[in-house]
Amino acid sequence: MIKKLILAIVVLVLGAGVAFFVFKSEPRLNKNFEAQKSFFKNHPFRLGLDLSGGSHLIYKADTSVVPESQVGDSMNALRDVIERRINLFGVSEPVVQVQHGGFVSGGGEQLIVDLPGVTDVKQAIEMIGQTPLLEFKIEVPKGTLQAVTVDKDGTAVLDVNSQFVSTELTGRYLQKATLEFDTNTREPKVSLQFNDVGTKLFAEITKNNVGKMVAIYLDGAPISTPVVREEIPNGQAVISGSFTPTEAKQLVGRLNSGALPVPISLLSTQTIGAILGDSAVQAGVKAAIIGFLLVALFLILWYRLPGLVATLSLCIFVAIILALFKLLPVALTAAGIAGFIISIGIAVDANVLIFERVKEELRSGQSISDAVKLGFSRAWFSIRDSNISNFITAVILFWFGTSLIKGFALTLGMGVIVSMFSAITITRIFLSTLVFLGEGKIARFLFSSGISK
Amino acid sequence: MFIIKHKKIFIGISIVLVILSFVSLSIFGLNIGIDFKGGALVEVVYKNSRPNQEVLNKSLEALNFGSILLQPTGELGYIAKTRDISDPEHTLLLQALSQDNKNSLTEMSFNSVGPSVGRELIRKAILAIILISLAIICFIAFAFRKVSHLSAMGHHSVASWKYGVIAVVTLLHDVAIPVGLFVILSRYYGAELDTLFVVAILTILGLSVSDTIVIFDRIRENLRNQATVAKINFSETVGRSLEQSFVRSICTSLTVILVLLALFFFGPVTTKYFALMLTAGMFFGTYSSIFLASPLLVLVEEWQKSRSVSRGKK
Repeated sequence: MIKKLILAIVVLVLGAGVAFFVFKSEPRLNKNFEAQKSFFKNHPFRLGLDLSGGSHLIYKADTSVVPESQVGDSMNALRDVIERRINLFGVSEPVVQVQHGGFVSGGGEQLIVDLPGVTDVKQAIEMIGQTPLLEFKIEVPKGTLQAVTVDKDGTAVLDVNSQFVSTELTGRYLQKATLEFDTNTREPKVSLQFNDVGTKLFAEITKNNVGKMVAIYLDGAPISTPVVREEIPNGQAVISGSFTPTEAKQLVGRLNSGALPVPISLLSTQTIGAILGDSAVQAGVKAAIIGFLLVALFLILWYRLPGLVATLSLCIFVAIILALFKLLPVALTAAGIAGFIISIGIAVDANVLIFERVKEELRSGQSISDAVKLGFSRAWFSIRDSNISNFITAVILFWFGTSLIKGFALTLGMGVIVSMFSAITITRIFLSTLVFLGEGKIARFLFSSGISK
Repeated sequence: MFIIKHKKIFIGISIVLVILSFVSLSIFGLNIGIDFKGGALVEVVYKNSRPNQEVLNKSLEALNFGSILLQPTGELGYIAKTRDISDPEHTLLLQALSQDNKNSLTEMSFNSVGPSVGRELIRKAILAIILISLAIICFIAFAFRKVSHLSAMGHHSVASWKYGVIAVVTLLHDVAIPVGLFVILSRYYGAELDTLFVVAILTILGLSVSDTIVIFDRIRENLRNQATVAKINFSETVGRSLEQSFVRSICTSLTVILVLLALFFFGPVTTKYFALMLTAGMFFGTYSSIFLASPLLVLVEEWQKSRSVSRGKK
């Protein structure tokens, strides 16, 4: 008996500890938030874009020129480059994700960019679009058909782009770019230094194309088409287009923050203003509190003492879930909050199953302590069954979901798992402690339910 | 048991509701949202006064974006819906809405979805629906794998796969009615078929299947306990099982419905219809497990019996 009591107290203290953490680490609840230790400060709730306000951009990456085995690598390089580019602008906690094409998603390679707090899409798109795409192209082999357009005057114009074919060498193999001035003409030029792989590629290209032109393309347009005189083994190249000093300086800055390994185009944008997000957060919190109170009220009125115990373990459930949201962390979206609220309702499910069983055992003449024991063991299969289906749904939704659905699936799935723990373990510890109330009439009344006496 | 006695009425109610849902779906159809269809949506709120809709419509027409749908929202706001637009077009649209910056406004949200993203999402949604349905059917098959023993004992009983089929039928019923409700919402309140709609449907599948299974479990448990009795009165056993489990069934759903109602009435605007659909799904899920699944089971058993009797006569 004393053992059980100690266990119950330990659970209570732990639960209170978790709740205390949730409270302490939340600036809205804790007035002395600024004075807290960094542990608490570093764990506020993380809000998704639809609640915090911000921009969500989906880019399509054109990987048609990249060999299939390297698609993954160049997508990762693309992500790093864009991340770096965004960080230059000081956006807090941007999320840049690669979404690979394939059977599940259907579409091609995509890059998803979340920019919390950036509600000006124009600014956001510029921020990302400013990254230059640097390519090196070589002359097409002689004899290849070339596109020629004949204009009104009858002069044939050779399409510049059809004269060159892409090589593997792109801006992703660039190590650094520097601004230089020609010693004779004082013209600005940009000198490039490739990394190891780039150096090898460049050496190969120059070796095979001595006497021919190599075109340097920036953002899809040729900016310089020098003729190769000899093999260049040291990985250095110079772009001496007709730059103004400012243009050259900008180009160097852009190249150093990273050139895009593959071209991208914007597929979809979503921006949510901060006001809209704020009101959604408030509504979500309100709904959660009211939902919780309704459930607690129902439990206590219908199931009496066990109901009170279930409410207590529901409190601990909420504290654990909220702490997990902070620690993992889970970015909360409106759908995510909905998932959490639904999980409050589901969490009680297991308790209801147990209490109904206990009631049946009581009716069939068992003593209270036996009824509680039997109730728990016999309700287990029903609890397992009713949670499995929810869990299946949550897992598949998480697998397939866009960020919106993922938020919902994650909070729902976490709720299902944690609720099984809280309903079975915590409620059982508390209830078996309360068995000391004895077998009197009042105790039996407290343990039964509904409108029966 | 009352419910078993009047089973045809309850089964009838369900059939009527499902038919109504299908009829309204085929007549009204669903508004497909820009999530799936592609397109753009801009929500703006004016600082001082909202300009007249007709005046705005004229300046919007001049943009040549195709049809732009303008809906008033709140006290001072408009939602504009167009095809998906690029960044410069977005700027033009805002300019037109603010009447060339004369009427200052705040952009609450902007969403532009390219058609390829929409197609991809449809693909994902369909895959998710197929996978979850398969998983749930496997789960049902697993839950009912054992009943065949009963019929092996020589009793005229309902085969275990029939329990499974009935569970699937009730599940379809649980999904069909919220869809019907959504058609009405779509028609009269402008609700749009978006990702959350699909999530709602799938969540209903997960939430309502367990209820039916738990009641069927109870029926089988009671049948097993009677295996020694010479003659089992099937409908009586089903009735007794229902009596034992319907309070529990209602209570577990009630807690979920309570939180869903809180979400509907007080929660964020984005999840309002979502909460309403889930509430309907939960409600009819519970209704079907008590008033549809078990009566259907009895009906199947009676039908089986009368067939075997008529076969005996031959």
